[in-house]
Amino acid sequence: MTVFIEAAIKVAVAFVFIMLTTLVLVWAERKWVSDLQNRIGPDRAGPFGILQTLADGLKAFFKESIRPTQSIYLLYLVAPIAALIPALLIFLVIPIGAPIEIGGTTYTLQVMDLNIGLLYVLAVSSLAVYAITLAGWSSGSKYPLLGAVRASAQMISYEAAMGLALVPVVLLTSTTSIAGIVDAQQGTFGSFIPAWNIVLIPSFIIFLIAGFAETNRPPFDLVEAESEIVGYHTEYSGFAFALFFLAEYINVFNMSALTVTLFLGGWAGPVPSFLPTWIQWLVPVFWFLLKTWAFVFLFVWVRATLPRMRYDKLMTFGWKRLIPVSLAWIILCAVAIGFREFGAPWS
Amino acid sequence: MAEVIVFIIFAMVALIGGITILVAPDPVYSAIGLLAAMFSLAVMYVLLDAHLVAVIQVIIYAGAVMTLFLFVIMLIGVDTTDKYGIVAPAQRIMTTVVALGLFVAILLAGRSAWITGTNLFGTPDLNGTIENVADELFGTWTIVFLSTVLLLTIAALGTIALAYFGNEVEDEEATL
Repeated sequence: MTVFIEAAIKVAVAFVFIMLTTLVLVWAERKWVSDLQNRIGPDRAGPFGILQTLADGLKAFFKESIRPTQSIYLLYLVAPIAALIPALLIFLVIPIGAPIEIGGTTYTLQVMDLNIGLLYVLAVSSLAVYAITLAGWSSGSKYPLLGAVRASAQMISYEAAMGLALVPVVLLTSTTSIAGIVDAQQGTFGSFIPAWNIVLIPSFIIFLIAGFAETNRPPFDLVEAESEIVGYHTEYSGFAFALFFLAEYINVFNMSALTVTLFLGGWAGPVPSFLPTWIQWLVPVFWFLLKTWAFVFLFVWVRATLPRMRYDKLMTFGWKRLIPVSLAWIILCAVAIGFREFGAPWS
Repeated sequence: MAEVIVFIIFAMVALIGGITILVAPDPVYSAIGLLAAMFSLAVMYVLLDAHLVAVIQVIIYAGAVMTLFLFVIMLIGVDTTDKYGIVAPAQRIMTTVVALGLFVAILLAGRSAWITGTNLFGTPDLNGTIENVADELFGTWTIVFLSTVLLLTIAALGTIALAYFGNEVEDEEATL
Protein backbone atom coordinates (compact mmCIF):
# COMPACT_ATOMS: atom_id res chain seq x y z
CA MET A 1 0.00 0.00 0.00
CA THR A 2 2.83 2.39 0.85
CA VAL A 3 4.11 1.86 -2.68
CA PHE A 4 0.84 3.15 -4.08
CA ILE A 5 0.79 6.14 -1.74
CA GLU A 6 4.40 7.00 -2.62
CA ALA A 7 3.62 6.70 -6.33
CA ALA A 8 0.50 8.84 -6.00
CA ILE A 9 2.38 11.58 -4.15
CA LYS A 10 5.18 11.52 -6.71
CA VAL A 11 2.75 11.72 -9.63
CA ALA A 12 0.95 14.66 -8.00
CA VAL A 13 4.21 16.50 -7.31
CA ALA A 14 5.48 15.81 -10.83
CA PHE A 15 2.23 17.11 -12.31
CA VAL A 16 2.33 20.34 -10.30
CA PHE A 17 6.03 20.76 -11.11
CA ILE A 18 5.56 20.34 -14.85
CA MET A 19 2.54 22.66 -14.92
CA LEU A 20 4.35 25.42 -13.02
CA THR A 21 7.40 24.92 -15.23
CA THR A 22 5.28 25.31 -18.36
CA LEU A 23 3.69 28.42 -16.92
CA VAL A 24 7.12 30.01 -16.48
CA LEU A 25 8.41 28.53 -19.72
CA VAL A 26 5.80 30.16 -21.95
CA TRP A 27 6.43 33.53 -20.31
CA ALA A 28 10.21 33.08 -20.46
CA GLU A 29 10.07 32.21 -24.13
CA ARG A 30 8.04 35.28 -25.01
CA LYS A 31 10.33 37.47 -22.95
CA TRP A 32 13.51 35.99 -24.41
CA VAL A 33 12.25 36.17 -27.97
CA SER A 34 11.19 39.76 -27.49
CA ASP A 35 14.61 40.62 -26.06
CA LEU A 36 16.33 38.89 -28.98
CA GLN A 37 14.16 40.81 -31.44
CA ASN A 38 14.46 44.21 -29.74
CA ARG A 39 10.84 44.27 -28.62
CA ILE A 40 9.42 44.81 -25.16
CA GLY A 41 7.30 41.69 -24.96
CA PRO A 42 4.65 41.00 -22.33
CA ASP A 43 4.87 43.60 -19.54
CA ARG A 44 1.29 44.27 -18.42
CA ALA A 45 0.19 41.33 -16.27
CA GLY A 46 2.14 41.34 -13.03
CA PRO A 47 5.81 42.27 -12.56
CA PHE A 48 7.70 41.79 -15.86
CA GLY A 49 4.47 40.36 -17.28
CA ILE A 50 5.04 37.08 -15.46
CA LEU A 51 1.30 36.49 -15.05
CA GLN A 52 0.79 36.72 -18.82
CA THR A 53 0.64 32.93 -19.27
CA LEU A 54 -1.93 32.64 -16.51
CA ALA A 55 -4.03 35.32 -18.15
CA ASP A 56 -3.73 33.64 -21.53
CA GLY A 57 -4.64 30.28 -20.02
CA LEU A 58 -7.74 31.74 -18.36
CA LYS A 59 -8.70 33.45 -21.59
CA ALA A 60 -8.42 30.17 -23.52
CA PHE A 61 -10.38 28.38 -20.83
CA PHE A 62 -13.34 30.75 -21.02
CA LYS A 63 -13.33 31.13 -24.78
CA GLU A 64 -15.85 29.26 -26.84
CA SER A 65 -14.48 26.10 -28.43
CA ILE A 66 -15.77 26.24 -31.97
CA ARG A 67 -17.08 22.98 -33.36
CA PRO A 68 -16.49 22.79 -37.12
CA THR A 69 -19.57 21.38 -38.83
CA GLN A 70 -17.51 18.98 -40.96
CA SER A 71 -15.55 17.62 -38.00
CA ILE A 72 -15.74 14.14 -36.56
CA TYR A 73 -16.47 15.50 -33.14
CA LEU A 74 -15.43 12.63 -30.85
CA LEU A 75 -11.97 12.32 -32.39
CA TYR A 76 -11.77 16.10 -32.67
CA LEU A 77 -12.09 16.27 -28.87
CA VAL A 78 -9.82 13.29 -28.17
CA ALA A 79 -6.90 14.64 -30.23
CA PRO A 80 -5.73 17.44 -27.87
CA ILE A 81 -5.91 15.05 -24.91
CA ALA A 82 -3.90 12.50 -26.89
CA ALA A 83 -1.30 15.22 -27.42
CA LEU A 84 -1.03 16.04 -23.73
CA ILE A 85 -0.84 12.50 -22.32
CA PRO A 86 2.45 11.39 -23.94
CA ALA A 87 4.03 14.71 -22.96
CA LEU A 88 3.11 14.13 -19.32
CA LEU A 89 4.09 10.43 -19.43
CA ILE A 90 7.65 11.11 -20.62
CA PHE A 91 8.37 13.37 -17.66
CA LEU A 92 7.64 10.49 -15.25
CA VAL A 93 10.93 8.70 -15.97
CA ILE A 94 13.25 11.73 -15.74
CA PRO A 95 15.18 11.95 -12.46
CA ILE A 96 15.31 15.58 -11.35
CA GLY A 97 17.71 15.06 -8.44
CA ALA A 98 19.88 12.62 -6.55
CA PRO A 99 18.08 10.01 -4.40
CA ILE A 100 17.35 11.36 -0.93
CA GLU A 101 17.26 9.51 2.37
CA ILE A 102 14.52 10.26 4.87
CA GLY A 103 14.36 8.21 8.06
CA GLY A 104 16.42 5.33 6.66
CA THR A 105 14.34 4.96 3.48
CA THR A 106 15.78 6.08 0.15
CA TYR A 107 13.46 7.97 -2.14
CA THR A 108 14.33 8.65 -5.76
CA LEU A 109 13.40 12.02 -7.22
CA GLN A 110 11.88 10.26 -10.21
CA VAL A 111 8.36 8.94 -10.39
CA MET A 112 9.44 5.54 -11.69
CA ASP A 113 12.70 3.94 -12.70
CA LEU A 114 11.98 1.39 -15.41
CA ASN A 115 14.71 -0.98 -16.54
CA ILE A 116 13.52 -0.18 -20.06
CA GLY A 117 13.32 3.56 -19.38
CA LEU A 118 14.97 4.71 -22.58
CA LEU A 119 12.77 2.46 -24.75
CA TYR A 120 9.76 3.68 -22.80
CA VAL A 121 10.64 7.25 -23.78
CA LEU A 122 10.88 6.26 -27.44
CA ALA A 123 7.62 4.29 -27.25
CA VAL A 124 5.67 7.11 -25.64
CA SER A 125 7.07 9.77 -27.94
CA SER A 126 6.12 7.60 -30.93
CA LEU A 127 2.51 7.85 -29.75
CA ALA A 128 2.57 11.65 -29.90
CA VAL A 129 2.16 11.58 -33.67
CA TYR A 130 -1.38 10.17 -33.33
CA ALA A 131 -2.64 13.34 -31.74
CA ILE A 132 -1.50 15.39 -34.71
CA THR A 133 -2.76 12.90 -37.30
CA LEU A 134 -6.17 12.62 -35.63
CA ALA A 135 -6.46 16.37 -35.11
CA GLY A 136 -5.74 17.06 -38.75
CA TRP A 137 -8.07 14.38 -40.00
CA SER A 138 -11.00 14.92 -37.66
CA SER A 139 -11.11 18.66 -38.31
CA GLY A 140 -12.76 17.89 -41.64
CA SER A 141 -10.85 20.61 -43.42
CA LYS A 142 -8.20 20.60 -46.13
CA TYR A 143 -5.36 22.54 -44.56
CA PRO A 144 -5.29 20.66 -41.25
CA LEU A 145 -5.31 17.36 -43.17
CA LEU A 146 -2.37 18.43 -45.31
CA GLY A 147 -0.62 19.71 -42.19
CA ALA A 148 -1.20 16.41 -40.42
CA VAL A 149 0.19 14.37 -43.32
CA ARG A 150 3.23 16.64 -43.41
CA ALA A 151 3.62 16.36 -39.64
CA SER A 152 3.38 12.60 -39.45
CA ALA A 153 6.00 12.18 -42.20
CA GLN A 154 8.33 14.55 -40.38
CA MET A 155 7.87 13.02 -36.95
CA ILE A 156 8.33 9.44 -38.16
CA SER A 157 11.50 10.39 -40.04
CA TYR A 158 13.13 12.18 -37.15
CA GLU A 159 12.02 9.57 -34.63
CA ALA A 160 14.23 7.10 -36.49
CA ALA A 161 17.22 9.44 -36.24
CA MET A 162 16.50 10.07 -32.57
CA GLY A 163 16.32 6.37 -31.75
CA LEU A 164 19.55 5.68 -33.62
CA ALA A 165 21.30 8.54 -31.81
CA LEU A 166 20.49 6.88 -28.49
CA VAL A 167 22.05 3.51 -29.39
CA PRO A 168 25.66 4.64 -28.65
CA VAL A 169 24.49 5.92 -25.25
CA VAL A 170 23.16 2.46 -24.42
CA LEU A 171 26.34 0.85 -25.76
CA LEU A 172 28.51 3.10 -23.60
CA THR A 173 26.52 2.86 -20.36
CA SER A 174 25.27 -0.72 -20.97
CA THR A 175 21.89 0.01 -19.41
CA THR A 176 18.54 1.31 -20.62
CA SER A 177 17.39 2.49 -17.22
CA ILE A 178 17.41 6.29 -17.08
CA ALA A 179 18.65 6.34 -13.48
CA GLY A 180 21.33 3.83 -14.51
CA ILE A 181 22.46 6.10 -17.34
CA VAL A 182 22.77 9.03 -14.92
CA ASP A 183 24.71 6.87 -12.44
CA ALA A 184 27.06 5.76 -15.20
CA GLN A 185 27.99 9.39 -15.83
CA GLN A 186 28.95 10.25 -12.26
CA GLY A 187 32.69 9.57 -12.50
CA THR A 188 35.42 11.76 -13.95
CA PHE A 189 37.99 11.39 -16.71
CA GLY A 190 41.38 12.10 -15.16
CA SER A 191 40.55 14.04 -12.05
CA PHE A 192 38.25 16.88 -13.00
CA ILE A 193 36.59 16.40 -16.43
CA PRO A 194 33.14 14.93 -15.75
CA ALA A 195 32.54 11.57 -17.47
CA TRP A 196 29.39 12.68 -19.27
CA ASN A 197 28.03 11.00 -22.36
CA ILE A 198 28.61 14.22 -24.29
CA VAL A 199 31.85 12.56 -25.40
CA LEU A 200 29.55 10.93 -27.96
CA ILE A 201 29.45 14.26 -29.78
CA PRO A 202 27.78 13.07 -33.04
CA SER A 203 25.04 11.33 -31.03
CA PHE A 204 24.53 14.45 -28.96
CA ILE A 205 24.18 16.70 -32.00
CA ILE A 206 21.88 14.29 -33.86
CA PHE A 207 19.72 13.83 -30.77
CA LEU A 208 19.44 17.58 -30.33
CA ILE A 209 18.50 18.19 -33.97
CA ALA A 210 15.99 15.33 -33.93
CA GLY A 211 14.66 16.73 -30.66
CA PHE A 212 13.93 20.05 -32.35
CA ALA A 213 12.08 18.20 -35.12
CA GLU A 214 10.20 15.93 -32.70
CA THR A 215 8.90 18.86 -30.66
CA ASN A 216 7.95 20.68 -33.90
CA ARG A 217 9.95 23.72 -32.93
CA PRO A 218 11.65 26.11 -35.34
CA PRO A 219 13.52 25.60 -37.63
CA PHE A 220 11.42 22.46 -38.11
CA ASP A 221 7.99 23.90 -37.30
CA LEU A 222 6.45 23.05 -40.66
CA VAL A 223 3.91 21.13 -38.65
CA GLU A 224 2.42 24.41 -37.50
CA ALA A 225 3.96 27.04 -39.75
CA GLU A 226 1.49 29.59 -38.49
CA SER A 227 2.74 32.35 -40.77
CA GLU A 228 2.08 30.76 -44.16
CA ILE A 229 1.30 27.10 -44.83
CA VAL A 230 -0.86 26.55 -41.70
CA GLY A 231 -0.91 23.31 -39.80
CA TYR A 232 -2.92 20.61 -38.12
CA HIS A 233 -4.61 22.72 -35.43
CA THR A 234 -6.05 25.41 -37.69
CA GLU A 235 -9.63 24.58 -36.74
CA TYR A 236 -8.98 24.41 -33.01
CA SER A 237 -9.88 27.20 -30.66
CA GLY A 238 -10.31 27.86 -26.97
CA PHE A 239 -9.23 25.27 -24.48
CA ALA A 240 -8.62 22.50 -27.02
CA PHE A 241 -6.03 24.67 -28.72
CA ALA A 242 -4.52 25.54 -25.33
CA LEU A 243 -3.99 21.81 -24.70
CA PHE A 244 -1.95 21.46 -27.91
CA PHE A 245 0.03 24.51 -26.89
CA LEU A 246 0.61 23.11 -23.40
CA ALA A 247 1.74 19.76 -24.83
CA GLU A 248 4.26 21.48 -27.08
CA TYR A 249 5.84 23.40 -24.20
CA ILE A 250 5.92 20.36 -21.93
CA ASN A 251 7.67 18.55 -24.78
CA VAL A 252 10.25 21.32 -25.03
CA PHE A 253 11.02 20.97 -21.33
CA ASN A 254 11.03 17.15 -21.59
CA MET A 255 13.41 17.20 -24.52
CA SER A 256 15.78 19.57 -22.70
CA ALA A 257 15.60 17.43 -19.57
CA LEU A 258 16.25 14.26 -21.59
CA THR A 259 19.24 15.81 -23.34
CA VAL A 260 20.67 16.79 -19.97
CA THR A 261 19.90 13.39 -18.45
CA LEU A 262 21.31 11.31 -21.29
CA PHE A 263 24.29 13.40 -22.35
CA LEU A 264 25.16 15.90 -19.62
CA GLY A 265 25.14 13.81 -16.47
CA GLY A 266 21.60 14.64 -15.33
CA TRP A 267 21.74 16.06 -11.81
CA ALA A 268 25.51 15.58 -11.52
CA GLY A 269 27.49 18.58 -10.31
CA PRO A 270 29.74 19.64 -7.45
CA VAL A 271 27.95 19.52 -4.09
CA PRO A 272 29.75 21.75 -1.56
CA SER A 273 30.23 20.03 1.77
CA PHE A 274 29.83 23.12 3.97
CA LEU A 275 26.07 23.25 3.41
CA PRO A 276 23.74 22.02 6.16
CA THR A 277 22.52 18.49 5.44
CA TRP A 278 18.85 19.40 5.07
CA ILE A 279 19.70 21.58 2.06
CA GLN A 280 22.15 19.15 0.44
CA TRP A 281 19.48 17.39 -1.62
CA LEU A 282 18.51 20.64 -3.30
CA VAL A 283 21.94 21.07 -4.90
CA PRO A 284 21.56 18.26 -7.48
CA VAL A 285 18.07 19.55 -8.27
CA PHE A 286 19.61 22.98 -8.80
CA TRP A 287 22.23 21.59 -11.21
CA PHE A 288 19.59 19.65 -13.12
CA LEU A 289 17.33 22.68 -13.49
CA LEU A 290 20.24 24.94 -14.45
CA LYS A 291 21.35 22.62 -17.25
CA THR A 292 17.80 21.97 -18.42
CA TRP A 293 16.93 25.66 -18.59
CA ALA A 294 20.12 26.27 -20.55
CA PHE A 295 18.75 23.91 -23.19
CA VAL A 296 15.31 25.50 -23.00
CA PHE A 297 17.05 28.78 -23.74
CA LEU A 298 18.77 27.12 -26.71
CA PHE A 299 15.35 26.11 -28.06
CA VAL A 300 14.17 29.71 -27.80
CA TRP A 301 17.40 31.13 -29.17
CA VAL A 302 17.20 28.91 -32.23
CA ARG A 303 13.58 29.92 -32.74
CA ALA A 304 14.51 33.59 -32.71
CA THR A 305 17.50 33.07 -35.00
CA LEU A 306 16.92 30.47 -37.72
CA PRO A 307 14.37 30.60 -40.54
CA ARG A 308 12.08 27.66 -41.22
CA MET A 309 13.47 24.91 -43.44
CA ARG A 310 11.90 24.02 -46.75
CA TYR A 311 10.00 20.74 -46.57
CA ASP A 312 12.02 18.74 -49.11
CA LYS A 313 15.26 19.93 -47.46
CA LEU A 314 13.92 18.78 -44.11
CA MET A 315 13.22 15.30 -45.41
CA THR A 316 16.53 15.08 -47.28
CA PHE A 317 18.38 16.20 -44.17
CA GLY A 318 16.65 13.62 -42.01
CA TRP A 319 16.91 10.59 -44.28
CA LYS A 320 20.08 11.25 -46.26
CA ARG A 321 22.24 12.99 -43.66
CA LEU A 322 21.21 12.24 -40.09
CA ILE A 323 20.31 8.56 -40.43
CA PRO A 324 23.41 7.45 -42.42
CA VAL A 325 25.67 9.44 -40.09
CA SER A 326 24.07 7.88 -37.01
CA LEU A 327 24.37 4.38 -38.51
CA ALA A 328 28.06 4.90 -39.26
CA TRP A 329 28.60 6.35 -35.79
CA ILE A 330 26.88 3.34 -34.18
CA ILE A 331 29.23 0.95 -36.02
CA LEU A 332 32.25 3.04 -35.00
CA CYS A 333 31.13 3.11 -31.36
CA ALA A 334 30.37 -0.61 -31.35
CA VAL A 335 33.84 -1.40 -32.72
CA ALA A 336 35.56 0.95 -30.25
CA ILE A 337 33.64 -0.43 -27.27
CA GLY A 338 34.29 -3.97 -28.52
CA PHE A 339 38.03 -3.23 -28.53
CA ARG A 340 37.84 -1.82 -25.01
CA GLU A 341 35.83 -4.74 -23.63
CA PHE A 342 37.40 -7.69 -25.42
CA GLY A 343 40.74 -6.40 -26.70
CA ALA A 344 41.92 -6.34 -30.29
CA PRO A 345 41.00 -9.51 -32.22
CA TRP A 346 44.56 -9.92 -33.56
CA SER A 347 46.32 -9.72 -30.19
CA MET B 1 -6.12 -8.27 -7.29
CA ALA B 2 -4.99 -5.11 -9.02
CA GLU B 3 -3.62 -7.28 -11.82
CA VAL B 4 -7.00 -8.93 -12.34
CA ILE B 5 -8.75 -5.56 -12.57
CA VAL B 6 -6.19 -4.22 -15.04
CA PHE B 7 -6.47 -7.44 -17.03
CA ILE B 8 -10.25 -7.28 -17.25
CA ILE B 9 -10.23 -3.63 -18.30
CA PHE B 10 -7.66 -4.07 -21.03
CA ALA B 11 -9.04 -7.41 -22.20
CA MET B 12 -12.33 -5.60 -22.78
CA VAL B 13 -10.56 -2.74 -24.57
CA ALA B 14 -8.79 -5.29 -26.78
CA LEU B 15 -12.08 -7.04 -27.60
CA ILE B 16 -13.90 -3.78 -28.33
CA GLY B 17 -10.96 -2.71 -30.49
CA GLY B 18 -11.08 -6.00 -32.38
CA ILE B 19 -14.81 -5.70 -33.01
CA THR B 20 -14.32 -2.08 -34.12
CA ILE B 21 -11.79 -3.20 -36.73
CA LEU B 22 -14.42 -5.46 -38.29
CA VAL B 23 -17.56 -3.37 -38.11
CA ALA B 24 -16.40 0.25 -38.29
CA PRO B 25 -17.85 2.09 -41.29
CA ASP B 26 -14.74 4.18 -41.81
CA PRO B 27 -11.20 2.74 -42.22
CA VAL B 28 -9.81 5.37 -39.83
CA TYR B 29 -11.99 3.99 -37.02
CA SER B 30 -10.77 0.51 -37.87
CA ALA B 31 -7.20 1.75 -37.60
CA ILE B 32 -7.92 3.29 -34.20
CA GLY B 33 -9.57 0.05 -33.09
CA LEU B 34 -6.46 -1.84 -34.10
CA LEU B 35 -4.36 0.66 -32.19
CA ALA B 36 -6.45 0.11 -29.06
CA ALA B 37 -6.12 -3.67 -29.44
CA MET B 38 -2.34 -3.46 -29.86
CA PHE B 39 -1.98 -1.13 -26.91
CA SER B 40 -4.05 -3.47 -24.73
CA LEU B 41 -1.80 -6.35 -25.77
CA ALA B 42 1.19 -4.29 -24.63
CA VAL B 43 -0.48 -3.88 -21.24
CA MET B 44 -0.95 -7.68 -21.10
CA TYR B 45 2.77 -8.10 -21.69
CA VAL B 46 3.51 -5.70 -18.83
CA LEU B 47 1.23 -7.76 -16.58
CA LEU B 48 3.28 -10.82 -17.54
CA ASP B 49 6.48 -8.93 -16.58
CA ALA B 50 7.62 -8.94 -20.21
CA HIS B 51 8.42 -5.23 -20.22
CA LEU B 52 10.74 -5.35 -23.20
CA VAL B 53 8.18 -7.12 -25.38
CA ALA B 54 5.54 -4.60 -24.29
CA VAL B 55 7.70 -1.64 -25.23
CA ILE B 56 8.68 -3.21 -28.55
CA GLN B 57 4.99 -3.83 -29.22
CA VAL B 58 4.27 -0.14 -28.71
CA ILE B 59 7.31 1.15 -30.62
CA ILE B 60 6.93 -1.11 -33.63
CA TYR B 61 3.21 -1.78 -33.95
CA ALA B 62 1.54 1.21 -32.33
CA GLY B 63 4.31 3.66 -33.17
CA ALA B 64 5.44 2.71 -36.65
CA VAL B 65 3.08 0.27 -38.36
CA MET B 66 -0.16 1.93 -37.30
CA THR B 67 1.13 5.40 -38.09
CA LEU B 68 1.93 4.13 -41.55
CA PHE B 69 -1.57 2.65 -41.89
CA LEU B 70 -3.23 5.90 -40.84
CA PHE B 71 -0.90 7.83 -43.11
CA VAL B 72 -1.80 5.66 -46.10
CA ILE B 73 -5.53 5.81 -45.33
CA MET B 74 -5.38 9.60 -45.25
CA LEU B 75 -3.18 9.87 -48.30
CA ILE B 76 -5.45 7.65 -50.39
CA GLY B 77 -8.40 9.74 -49.32
CA VAL B 78 -10.70 9.52 -46.38
CA ASP B 79 -13.76 10.19 -48.48
CA THR B 80 -13.45 7.02 -50.52
CA THR B 81 -15.47 4.30 -48.87
CA ASP B 82 -14.83 0.61 -49.17
CA LYS B 83 -17.54 -0.79 -51.42
CA TYR B 84 -16.50 -4.43 -51.34
CA GLY B 85 -19.16 -6.53 -49.67
CA ILE B 86 -18.72 -10.21 -48.95
CA VAL B 87 -19.43 -11.85 -52.29
CA ALA B 88 -18.54 -15.47 -51.57
CA PRO B 89 -20.84 -17.16 -49.01
CA ALA B 90 -18.52 -20.18 -48.98
CA GLN B 91 -15.79 -17.98 -47.53
CA ARG B 92 -18.00 -17.02 -44.66
CA ILE B 93 -18.59 -20.65 -43.72
CA MET B 94 -14.94 -21.55 -44.11
CA THR B 95 -13.86 -18.61 -41.94
CA THR B 96 -16.32 -19.56 -39.23
CA VAL B 97 -15.06 -23.17 -39.22
CA VAL B 98 -11.41 -22.10 -39.05
CA ALA B 99 -12.12 -19.58 -36.29
CA LEU B 100 -14.03 -22.13 -34.22
CA GLY B 101 -11.27 -24.68 -34.77
CA LEU B 102 -8.65 -22.22 -33.54
CA PHE B 103 -10.80 -21.34 -30.54
CA VAL B 104 -11.16 -25.01 -29.60
CA ALA B 105 -7.44 -25.53 -30.09
CA ILE B 106 -6.65 -22.66 -27.74
CA LEU B 107 -9.11 -24.02 -25.17
CA LEU B 108 -7.56 -27.49 -25.37
CA ALA B 109 -4.01 -26.19 -25.23
CA GLY B 110 -4.61 -24.00 -22.21
CA ARG B 111 -7.27 -25.91 -20.30
CA SER B 112 -5.08 -27.00 -17.41
CA ALA B 113 -3.67 -23.51 -17.00
CA TRP B 114 -7.12 -21.93 -16.96
CA ILE B 115 -8.47 -24.35 -14.41
CA THR B 116 -5.53 -24.53 -12.05
CA GLY B 117 -3.98 -21.16 -12.71
CA THR B 118 -0.50 -22.63 -13.10
CA ASN B 119 1.93 -21.49 -15.73
CA LEU B 120 2.40 -24.10 -18.42
CA PHE B 121 5.88 -22.91 -19.25
CA GLY B 122 7.28 -22.75 -15.72
CA THR B 123 8.25 -19.53 -14.01
CA PRO B 124 11.14 -17.89 -15.80
CA ASP B 125 13.65 -15.67 -14.04
CA LEU B 126 12.13 -12.30 -14.75
CA ASN B 127 14.82 -10.09 -13.30
CA GLY B 128 15.80 -7.77 -16.13
CA THR B 129 13.97 -8.81 -19.25
CA ILE B 130 16.38 -7.13 -21.68
CA GLU B 131 19.27 -9.22 -20.39
CA ASN B 132 17.19 -12.41 -20.68
CA VAL B 133 16.04 -11.68 -24.20
CA ALA B 134 19.58 -10.70 -25.23
CA ASP B 135 20.98 -13.92 -23.76
CA GLU B 136 18.48 -15.97 -25.72
CA LEU B 137 18.92 -14.05 -28.97
CA PHE B 138 22.71 -13.79 -28.95
CA GLY B 139 23.43 -17.00 -27.07
CA THR B 140 21.01 -19.84 -27.69
CA TRP B 141 19.47 -18.74 -30.96
CA THR B 142 22.28 -16.78 -32.63
CA ILE B 143 22.06 -18.55 -35.99
CA VAL B 144 18.28 -18.28 -36.18
CA PHE B 145 18.41 -14.64 -35.14
CA LEU B 146 21.08 -13.74 -37.68
CA SER B 147 19.22 -15.62 -40.42
CA THR B 148 16.13 -13.55 -39.67
CA VAL B 149 18.22 -10.38 -39.75
CA LEU B 150 19.62 -11.40 -43.14
CA LEU B 151 16.15 -12.21 -44.44
CA LEU B 152 14.76 -8.86 -43.32
CA THR B 153 17.71 -6.99 -44.83
CA ILE B 154 17.21 -8.79 -48.15
CA ALA B 155 13.49 -7.99 -48.02
CA ALA B 156 14.19 -4.31 -47.36
CA LEU B 157 16.74 -4.15 -50.18
CA GLY B 158 14.29 -5.94 -52.45
CA THR B 159 11.61 -3.37 -51.67
CA ILE B 160 13.97 -0.53 -52.51
CA ALA B 161 15.07 -2.26 -55.70
CA LEU B 162 11.47 -2.87 -56.78
CA ALA B 163 10.53 0.71 -56.04
CA TYR B 164 13.46 2.25 -57.87
CA PHE B 165 14.27 -0.05 -60.78
CA GLY B 166 12.06 -1.84 -63.22
CA ASN B 167 9.41 0.83 -63.73
CA GLU B 168 11.21 3.03 -66.25
CA VAL B 169 8.13 3.04 -68.44
CA GLU B 170 5.99 4.51 -65.66
CA ASP B 171 5.16 8.18 -65.67
CA GLU B 172 7.54 10.56 -63.96
CA GLU B 173 5.40 10.82 -60.84
CA ALA B 174 6.74 7.45 -59.73
CA THR B 175 10.23 8.86 -59.36
CA LEU B 176 9.20 11.72 -57.13
